[in-house]
Amino acid sequence: MRVMVREGLFTDPGTDTDTDTEPALLGSCCTNCGNFLFPRVDACTYCATEDPDPVELSGTGTLWAWTAVTAPPPGYDGEVPFGVGVVELPEGVRVIARLTESDPAALAAGQPVALRIVTLHRDDEGNDVVTYAFAPAHPS
Amino acid sequence: MTAVAITGVGMHPFGRFDGLSTTDMGVVAVRAALREAGVGKGGFQAAFCGTAYGGVATGHKVLSRLGMTGMPIVDVEAGCASGSAALMLAAAAIRAGQYDTVVVFGTEKMPKGIIRSSFFEPWQEEVGLASTPAFFGLRAQRLCQTSGITKDHLARVVVKNRRHGAANPDAMYQKETTVEEVLASRVVCEPLHLFMMCSPNEGAAALVLRRADLASSSSAAPVTLAAAVLRSHIPGSVLSESTPLSGLAHDDAPAPTTLSATAAYEEAGLGPSDLHVVECQDTDAARELGSCEELGLCDPGGSAALLDSGATELGGRLPVNPSGGLLSKGEPLGASALGQVVELVRQLRGECGPRQVEGARVALSHTVGRGANAGVVILTR
Repeated sequence: MRVMVREGLFTDPGTDTDTDTEPALLGSCCTNCGNFLFPRVDACTYCATEDPDPVELSGTGTLWAWTAVTAPPPGYDGEVPFGVGVVELPEGVRVIARLTESDPAALAAGQPVALRIVTLHRDDEGNDVVTYAFAPAHPS
Repeated sequence: MTAVAITGVGMHPFGRFDGLSTTDMGVVAVRAALREAGVGKGGFQAAFCGTAYGGVATGHKVLSRLGMTGMPIVDVEAGCASGSAALMLAAAAIRAGQYDTVVVFGTEKMPKGIIRSSFFEPWQEEVGLASTPAFFGLRAQRLCQTSGITKDHLARVVVKNRRHGAANPDAMYQKETTVEEVLASRVVCEPLHLFMMCSPNEGAAALVLRRADLASSSSAAPVTLAAAVLRSHIPGSVLSESTPLSGLAHDDAPAPTTLSATAAYEEAGLGPSDLHVVECQDTDAARELGSCEELGLCDPGGSAALLDSGATELGGRLPVNPSGGLLSKGEPLGASALGQVVELVRQLRGECGPRQVEGARVALSHTVGRGANAGVVILTR
């Protein structure tokens, strides 16, 4: 079985390679100020307007900041090192995410990246726990 | 408005002290501050205690050991700025005429090893995003991109603060280091190496605050508390100390530190050019440079040039972290902000020996951390 680390953060097309469905982060768009938010919220972070519209955010963006974590943080059971970065999406929102690239020297500011669903670890019940991450996008 | 003075200060050194409890260290600091201020049982009407990991009734346990209870004792948690929050509340109560004399202290014994913060959701921990060093690394990398800071600059911040700390008997590290040694330490999160990051540790600090018109009768030379401000964040920056998971694709929102500093300068009727000495948040080397920019000690993007000029060294135009900063002292969350204030009171009194900033009469302290919480304190003499 494949389980999300937490429901409601992203969509997962799973391992079905017959479909063109791409994963997406689940965000909100404020009905008043138009700002995009991630994860989904009850009221807009910026103007406090309630019940923003649920949206799927773009799966591609550009890299704005990045580093790598070299020692396991509290409560983390996966491999180290792993990349962490900030990705700017076309909606005008920057999101914090894991990166599939764990060597900071292999990354550059403004580089195109794409959303991927990656396996974190196997839980006690034998499920593969998956989460969202951005990977360097290769020109198609 | 009633002016507030600091009439006594006390410290328990910052470091690791096996066998001593949070209460033990708080007792040492509070007792020293009360003695300096000439205040005994019945001599203060309220107490505020900053702590993040101290647990239930930390302040009560300290004052119970000293036989001084009955007054309101308020424990305050505001992350790295817990002491700033306690100080702000105490100063406001005196200004409002509620009390004449208040004790403010912070005491902390941080867990050893990698510290778990209850701030993060379980899924953030599982994903590996509950990594404080990663956020420090990302902020440091951005500052390198926007302010022309190199790893050499970062290493030189450490060398400067450790040189200052070598003259501070209350610091955890009292040994100087070199650029080569800093850059040879292992990379924790690029661009930050181990020696560029402060150590979470243990310690306590305490102050006695008094209505300024009554302070002249105290036993120690009073210092005026010209401003004590705490602010949280305005959303927008994805790398704000509020530690959000998203932000906007522009940097228009002022940093929590800037919000707090602007209010503190206004409250004190002073500006950055009036300062003689600064103690600022240096949880990592880049944080000190960012703090200098956000406090207005230089223009945005100007922190590398400020460091290069030598202004922030002892003997320079505006020494920053003459105590050695958190890079030398370590960071006991509840005590660190008040530890800065203790240092600055001693600087303004001219008591700091080899690390004395000559002729210092106006001082600023700054802490910022998760929440966001940003505290700025201005002292004058």
